[in-house]
Formats: sequence, structure tokens, C-alpha cells
Amino acid sequence: MTGDDAHWAFGTSFVDPLAGVDTTLPDGVDGGELAAYCLMLGDDALVASHRLAEWCSNAPDLEEDVALANIALDLLGQARLLLARAAAADPGAVPPLPAGSPVPGEDALAFFRDADDYRCVRLVEPENGDFGETVARLLCFATWRLALLARLVDSRDPVLAAIAAKGVKEVAYHRDHAARWVVTLARGTAESRRRVRAGLRAVWPHRAELARTHPVEARLARAGVAVDPADVVAEVDGVLAQVLRAADLDDLGPCAAGPVLDGPGGRDGRHTPDLAALLAEMQVVARAHPAGRW
Amino acid sequence: MVTVLGSPVCDARELAAQVTDPEMPMLTLADLGVLREVKVEGDRVRVVITPTYSGCPALATMRDDLVRVLTTAGYAAVDVVVALAPAWSSDWITERGRAALQAHGLSAPGPAPRRTGPVVLDLGPTRRDVACPRCGSGEVVLASEFGPTACTALYRCRACAEPFQHVKEI
Repeated sequence: MTGDDAHWAFGTSFVDPLAGVDTTLPDGVDGGELAAYCLMLGDDALVASHRLAEWCSNAPDLEEDVALANIALDLLGQARLLLARAAAADPGAVPPLPAGSPVPGEDALAFFRDADDYRCVRLVEPENGDFGETVARLLCFATWRLALLARLVDSRDPVLAAIAAKGVKEVAYHRDHAARWVVTLARGTAESRRRVRAGLRAVWPHRAELARTHPVEARLARAGVAVDPADVVAEVDGVLAQVLRAADLDDLGPCAAGPVLDGPGGRDGRHTPDLAALLAEMQVVARAHPAGRW
Repeated sequence: MVTVLGSPVCDARELAAQVTDPEMPMLTLADLGVLREVKVEGDRVRVVITPTYSGCPALATMRDDLVRVLTTAGYAAVDVVVALAPAWSSDWITERGRAALQAHGLSAPGPAPRRTGPVVLDLGPTRRDVACPRCGSGEVVLASEFGPTACTALYRCRACAEPFQHVKEI
């Protein structure tokens, strides 16, 4: 981006997060499939980031405003890298914009796809609800994402491997932050215990979707590029059980995941109504100014 | 003009190394460990930098500052590119950088955790060997694990009562 970008609808001082990175596809890997996989992990991070950012100025205290905003920023950074990786792997996946629009691929993907084209899991979509529910959701999400990223560091795609290696360092403290809150609230007052318990029960049914393998994930996992979510179930359950034990909430147990999700889910573009509402707010300025200027 | 000072290669490195971090301006990009490589071909420079955190908003400013400094020095084209691997570690902050942090009232990071395989859950408060950068007391208390930038935590000294930032181990 050169010239005057002071009135650019997508923010100033934009820099391609993959500037200079070799984005050549690994041998035998289909660009469309790799892009689809990057959108799954990227959309998870983008939507989770947006929900966490909504807490800024609304969290229980100032320190928690800062904490959740910092975690949201890490996830936004991961989303940018993954969306940019998707755009580089398959330029055809990027929504077409008016000729001359300076909007880069990552922003076109974030702001010009409808909910049906998003590939995030439903866990990250619902409105925040109470703080107990947010820490329960973050615990679930970060535990699962950390297990995925820790394996993705060996991906045959060096770009994905590098994004994962950086992400592991960040999501590790996201998970521990959420886990400490779950334990703190569960061992606090009767009211805080009631709320975190309700939060865990609210997000629990979404865990079934985290264990499912999409055909794209299965094929890319066989090719050594992706991680099959089925391979991290035991690790995720183990960590959650450890937190529940410390919180004296064993009865919730990892096995009480609720009914198994049948039919298409978020990875297939079938989402909760909350995602469409979130995107409407997130995308409105960009869509009003698709040429990138006002 | 760069040619007056000696070999242009050396000058480009020196100039790039003196650019400071926008959020912690007491640190140069070289002392922060963000500057990875400076390569000169004729009047063109290629600078490789690495982000500290995935979402580090300072990266764009670092890029602009590098371009401005090197263009002002007479280089015709400055290409700033990103290296993602290996991921940045707080261990890369130089001794001079650590001294600069201390001199400006920030506490420098201890050794970064080294991980292989599954990351072990840590339910206890983050334990660090931190001393107050102002009075040197070890009687400090963690005020917030998250601070004004992604890379710092907030502490308070019990001895001199001053708050201070600690650069986190990552």
C-alpha cells in the first residue's frame, strides 16, 4: 500500500503479515484444500478474537479488560497470518472486489464473506453472556487449539508450521489464564461457583464438534500438512479433567459432552444465528466502502 | 551520504540496528532481537525482521521507520520482509537491551520456557524471579499478568511501592 492511506477503511499503516515469506505450496498439496484448512483455523481465531474484544471496558475489572484484549490481539494476529496464508495458497478463495480496490486478500476474506462461507466451529460464535461463560468457553477453545497447534508445528507446510510455533507460545498462556479463572470462580463464592458451572454447562455441548474430522482435515492430515482433531481428543479431555478436579467440579467430567452433533456444523458453513449478527457489525464499514476509501 | 562513512553494507546494518521499538523506545530493534538480517545490493537494502507476538501492532511502525531511516541515508530501495521462523523469544534481547530496560524502570525477562510436546497446564500464579528495577528489592507482587503491551506484565514493589512493567518470558 503506497500513497495516502489516512482514510483507508481498513486502517492505516497496513503491512502484509507474510511480506517476503515463501508461500510456495509443498509438493503434492492442493492450494484449495490448504486454503480451506487455513480458513478453518483462521476463522476460529478471528471470531473468538472479536468476542473477547467485546469485553474491553465491560470485564469485571480493569486488569481483566487488559487481559482479554491482549488475548484477543494475539488471536487476531494469528487470524491475519492464517487468512493471508489462505489467500496466498488459493487466490480463488478470496472474494472478488471492485477493480482498483486496495483491500488485501486477508481483509477481503475477513470482511467480504458471508456467514455461510465462514468455517469456524460453533463454540466461538455465541454472544458472550456472563463472565463465567466466557472463561469456560476460552478454557475449552484454548485447550483444544493449543493441542492442535502443538502438533501443527511439524506440518509439511513451513508457513503453517511457523504460524503454529508462534501460536503455541501465546495460546499456552491463554489456556492457563482461563483455567485459573475457572478454578478461582469455582472456589470463590456460591454465586461465582454457580455462574462458572452454568458457563461450563452452556459451552459443553459444543465440544462434540471439536472432536469431529472434516474431510479436508482428514486428507491434509494424511498428507502431513494438517492435524486430525480426533488425535487431540484424549489430550484435551485430560487437561479439562485436571482443571475440573482442581475446581472440584468433577461431576461435569469430560465425558458429559452432551449429545453428539449430527449433520453439518461450522466447518461446513452451518452456523448459529449469532455469527451472522457478529459479522454484520464487524463487516459493515468495510462493505460500505469496498474500494477501501471514504 | 552513506559512502562517506565506509562500506555501505556496514552502514545499512548500523542504521537499521539503531531504529528503536515504537512501544519500548529504550530498545533498538537489534537489542530487542527483532532485526534478523540486513543485506545490501548496490543501492538496495533488504531488511528481515521478525514479529515479537502474532498480533504485534508495532510491526508496521518498525517497517516504516526502517524504510524512512535507510531511504534518508540514500538507499534507493528498501525492502522490509518478515521471517516467521524461528519464532521470536525474549531470550534474544541482548545484554545491552536488558540494561536499557533496567535503566528505564522495566524489569528484564528471565530465561524463556523451553517446551517439547504437550504444554503442561499451570494452575498456579506465574512464578518469576523478579527484582524491582528502581530499588532492587525482591519483595514484589504481580499486579496483572497482562500489561499495556502484549510483552509486559505489571508488578508492584512492596519496598518502594512503585509499580513497574516486567517484560515477559516467551
